[in-house]
Amino acid sequence: MIKLENLTKIFDSPSGPVTAADHVNMDVGEGEICVLLGPSGCGKTTTLKMINRLIQPTSGKIIINGKDTDAYDPVELRRTIGYVIQQIGLFPNMTVEENICVVPDLLGWGKAKSRKRAAELLEIINLDPGVFLKRYPKELSGGQQQRIGVARALAADPPVMLMDEPFGAIDPINREVIQDEFLKIQKRLGKAVMFVSHDIDEAVKMAHKVAIFRDGKLEQFDTPDNVLAHPANSFIADFVGGDRTLKRLRLVTAGQALSASAPVVRAEDSLDKAVALMEEHDRECIVMTDAHDAPRGFVRLELIKGRQGKVGDHHSGLLAVVEAQEDLRTVVSLMFTHDVSWLACVDEHGAFKGYLTQQGITHLLGETYRSNTQAAA
Amino acid sequence: MCAMSYRPGPRSKGKTDVDILIFIQQNLDVLAERTVEHLAIVGVAVALAILTGVPIGIAITQNKRAADAVLYAASMIMTIPSIALFGVLIPILATIGQGIGYLPAVIAVLLYSQLPIIRNTYTAITNVDPALREAARGMGMTAGQRLFRVEIPIAVPIIMAGVRMAVVINIGITAIAAYIGAGGLGTFISRGISQTDPRQLITGALAVSLLAIFADYGLLWLQTRLTPKGVRA
Repeated sequence: MIKLENLTKIFDSPSGPVTAADHVNMDVGEGEICVLLGPSGCGKTTTLKMINRLIQPTSGKIIINGKDTDAYDPVELRRTIGYVIQQIGLFPNMTVEENICVVPDLLGWGKAKSRKRAAELLEIINLDPGVFLKRYPKELSGGQQQRIGVARALAADPPVMLMDEPFGAIDPINREVIQDEFLKIQKRLGKAVMFVSHDIDEAVKMAHKVAIFRDGKLEQFDTPDNVLAHPANSFIADFVGGDRTLKRLRLVTAGQALSASAPVVRAEDSLDKAVALMEEHDRECIVMTDAHDAPRGFVRLELIKGRQGKVGDHHSGLLAVVEAQEDLRTVVSLMFTHDVSWLACVDEHGAFKGYLTQQGITHLLGETYRSNTQAAA
Repeated sequence: MCAMSYRPGPRSKGKTDVDILIFIQQNLDVLAERTVEHLAIVGVAVALAILTGVPIGIAITQNKRAADAVLYAASMIMTIPSIALFGVLIPILATIGQGIGYLPAVIAVLLYSQLPIIRNTYTAITNVDPALREAARGMGMTAGQRLFRVEIPIAVPIIMAGVRMAVVINIGITAIAAYIGAGGLGTFISRGISQTDPRQLITGALAVSLLAIFADYGLLWLQTRLTPKGVRA
């Protein structure tokens, strides 16, 4: 979708030429979010702005949808690329509706079509069109303004979106919300997104691919998991942080980390059956489910071994369950909160799906290192 | 210029305040005519000054050195005493037979209006948030579209403040244009001085002040109307 080939920018400065981007090669597909990361002055923003030619490249090619963008007039090109900036830049003299309709108007859409589109986009970003279309930017909160900023960039349905630290100026709580919303929208619309950030956590959350820059050079271009698990050099290892493996917890959902087997018992089952099942699966505890498969409690091997009766009379309550789509960070956090080494995982309807254990999680995260050593050996 | 002259009426010593009221009442028609003359000079000149000053103010945002030079020149003009400027214009405009009267008055006001209008336009446009300019550029607006859809609408209140300042200053300056036969409310003042008639002097001064205040309020109303709703304070 977006392909950068040997993209280079050399600025003239009083102290001689400065290479802001040095033979950058990247490829971002449809539906992918690529986060450009790095310290200030590393060339990530320069690279982004060369794509819509706000900065003219010194050499190299930018290919969008198989077409070399050199062939286009920069002004025409920009109308086909969504652009969101950190300062938001909503035009204060225009209503929300007029702001969203800027690019459709520039492209000469009819008024009826563009206004309909504005209302549609407000629905997408969860703002009531009846309330917000006629408001002015100064009447909105920062988070609302940036939602409108995103809607404005999406207005003409561009295949490519460029976002320059779009959520950087929003308070942390709203930032999480707006990131989640954007991910949801992106899932639906499937744009190719280039996203500049300086926040590794944001990158891990948003990115399909991460591009880490230093001094104009693209140091590593890989999936977030690979960047965290296998940083290409010490600069990247430092940049992603000493807790990089913990950051990987975010990349895996509970559903992906379930133990291989998921034995359960019912309240009417005998304790003998529970003991037999636990021994068979080498487990310390077993979950008791109800008629709808929802986990209702558990029994512990050491407490029931050698005793008689029904599971229903001896079970303890579960302190917490997690849904399968939660990430492992939440899971581990719950384990620490409740001082447990395992949790029951349920699907979106509340039915039991399987066990999450600390051992299983560390094993899963360590897998990438083992396969690596094997490959090396 | 104007053939109409005032009706002196009986003079009574010591009761000037009443005299002034009587004088004004008896000369309302002359007062109205002088006011129209006054406004014709200021109105036409400031309108022309907007047509020249706003484009100049916008143009110089492109080049810092040009901006400095133009603003310096406009400030220099402001320092020329108006009576001197009228004097300078007499021999120049005499070559086309317009040495005194309406034309030099309009030209002088036009020149004096440049500084507030150019300076405010320049300041307003350069103060537009760079983020707006970048957003506009990044979305594919041409330079002209940026100017007319974003920069000028946002700059309107500050440009209009410059226009108001120009009008108020020049309502005062135009009063002096009576000395070069341009008419206007200054006629009352100049005659009041030459004839040592406080009634005319005070009537003229009062009328000029009130005209300036009303013009300022009128333009303030216009400024609010012209300012896009989202930009209003």
